Amino acid sequence: MKNRVIKVDTLARVEGEGGIFIKIADGKITDTKLRIYEPPRFFEAFMRGRSYAEAPDITARICGICPIAYQMSSVHAMEDAFGMTVDGQLRELRRLIYCGEWIESHVLHVYMLHAPDFLGYEDALLLAKDKPDLVKDALRMKKIGNEIVTLLGGREIHPINVKVGGFYKVPGKTDLQAMVENLKWGRDKAIETVKLTSTFEFPDLEVPYEYVSLNHPSEYPMLGDRFITSHGLDIAVREYEFHFEERHIGHSNALHSVLKGLGAYHVGPLARYNLNFDKLTPLAKEVAQDVKMLPVVNNPFKSIVVRSIETVYAFDLALQIIAEYEEPPEPSIPVTPVPGIGFGASEAPRGTLYHRYRLDDEGLITDAKIVPPTAQNLPTIEADLRKFVTANIDMEREQLTWKVEQVVRNYDPCISCATHFVRIEWE
Amino acid sequence: MGIEGSILLIGVGNEFRTDDGLGILTAREIRRRGYPGVRVMEANGEGTSLLESWKGYDRVLIVDAICSGAARGTVHRIDLRTKSLPRGFLHSSTHGFGVAEAVEMGRQLDRLPDVLLLYGIEGCQFDTGAGLTDEVVRNIPQLLSLIEADISSLVATVTPS
Repeated sequence: MKNRVIKVDTLARVEGEGGIFIKIADGKITDTKLRIYEPPRFFEAFMRGRSYAEAPDITARICGICPIAYQMSSVHAMEDAFGMTVDGQLRELRRLIYCGEWIESHVLHVYMLHAPDFLGYEDALLLAKDKPDLVKDALRMKKIGNEIVTLLGGREIHPINVKVGGFYKVPGKTDLQAMVENLKWGRDKAIETVKLTSTFEFPDLEVPYEYVSLNHPSEYPMLGDRFITSHGLDIAVREYEFHFEERHIGHSNALHSVLKGLGAYHVGPLARYNLNFDKLTPLAKEVAQDVKMLPVVNNPFKSIVVRSIETVYAFDLALQIIAEYEEPPEPSIPVTPVPGIGFGASEAPRGTLYHRYRLDDEGLITDAKIVPPTAQNLPTIEADLRKFVTANIDMEREQLTWKVEQVVRNYDPCISCATHFVRIEWE
Repeated sequence: MGIEGSILLIGVGNEFRTDDGLGILTAREIRRRGYPGVRVMEANGEGTSLLESWKGYDRVLIVDAICSGAARGTVHRIDLRTKSLPRGFLHSSTHGFGVAEAVEMGRQLDRLPDVLLLYGIEGCQFDTGAGLTDEVVRNIPQLLSLIEADISSLVATVTPS
């Protein structure tokens, strides 16, 4: 067992195409690579010459799972460039559509992609065979998320109703009220999900991560204009590139992000949770306390519980927003393009998504930068793989291979989003 | 949203991923030709949404790019009520939870329509970019004929209410 190679050619149950390569010589790891070979995307180059107004619809095409995140980060970047702020009910509607995306994405990951690992099933199909009612409930929960996105986004896939300045059309009070009963049902099921996932057996892996998330003075962050970190960094979104950088890595079509001077960092549910726990709704906090999941949670396998708690939060917040909703007089505020640079970020289900655009005097994009959450987590995932394999180096090969796949799935990586780099280099 | 007596045709794929655009482009052609009683939908292949989308329909046709190891350009027609799809058969199913998973999950949960047919062409290239490869384009007329023939016979079997 001293010399061996652990290789997963195609990762199952992740978005996009990637593999794992770990080489062990003389009982020690000599090489760890999370290989990203999904063909790279050229969206940043594709954006040049396009109007600021097209950014939300074009970038939404980067991901079928988190289009709202792309729309939210891009509209905030454009609004930053034009010196405008969207607030009041329009901002609440933005948070509401984001609730829909968190619900859809988290429920999909928790039940269809991640829970089978803990319940001992090869995949969700076998889970459905054994526990059809559990899976039917999960599908219904996810559908409620889809319905929010469809109502506010105009359609479920690649929503088209979000614009710089607000929305093209806003819902009436009764449109939102019609969702209340379903949302209450979903919230109850999300609480059950927390109870279920908290009983799972979690492999030992405690990592003192450097967490990074958006920050808002009073909200658990979906939107926000500052970044905070475990080490106390507190910066405006527009200062992001002074503190973080992307590096080209040979074995990956995706860039790897690092925090300058510190290295790898962690974005996503664990980061948001550990840095912003006190801003969850009282109900979400209570549910977390009931299952003894108080921060700081440093075991990445427990991210499934945190995702479930965030799902409770998203259902609860959606209900709160709907209860206080008053239809705004106009669906958007007027936009006057000015030349400059705009910075925007939002919390995609799998972590912080950063956008930066340079615009000319006609509002055309001359330069774009998009840093998706998975690219930010890649160095951390590789570090987790090294740590986990080192601690379990004598584990039986098949078991270890299955476990290292789980280490990657902890991050719900969206490889399709992460691959926006241009070079493919095969070993 | 299901409409009694109507047929749902779902084109699956991503038009910015070369041959993966087959399902979307075929769906648009079927929509353009305008068959009465046929509703056309485009989808990105996320499985749980697909399961929801065919709810209420008893006859569903899916068009997707295929990646089965057959010769490039091979035209497929598969009756999914009688045949299971191996993983990786459809290009989009390499992702987390795709078409193949939706069909098999539907089978487990008794949520498959009475008629469920899959059509596709063996793809050659799935890189970023618009446009299908020649081997795929060449066989689209054959694919459309198969779909048309099935639509005609399915429409003929409907008893007007």
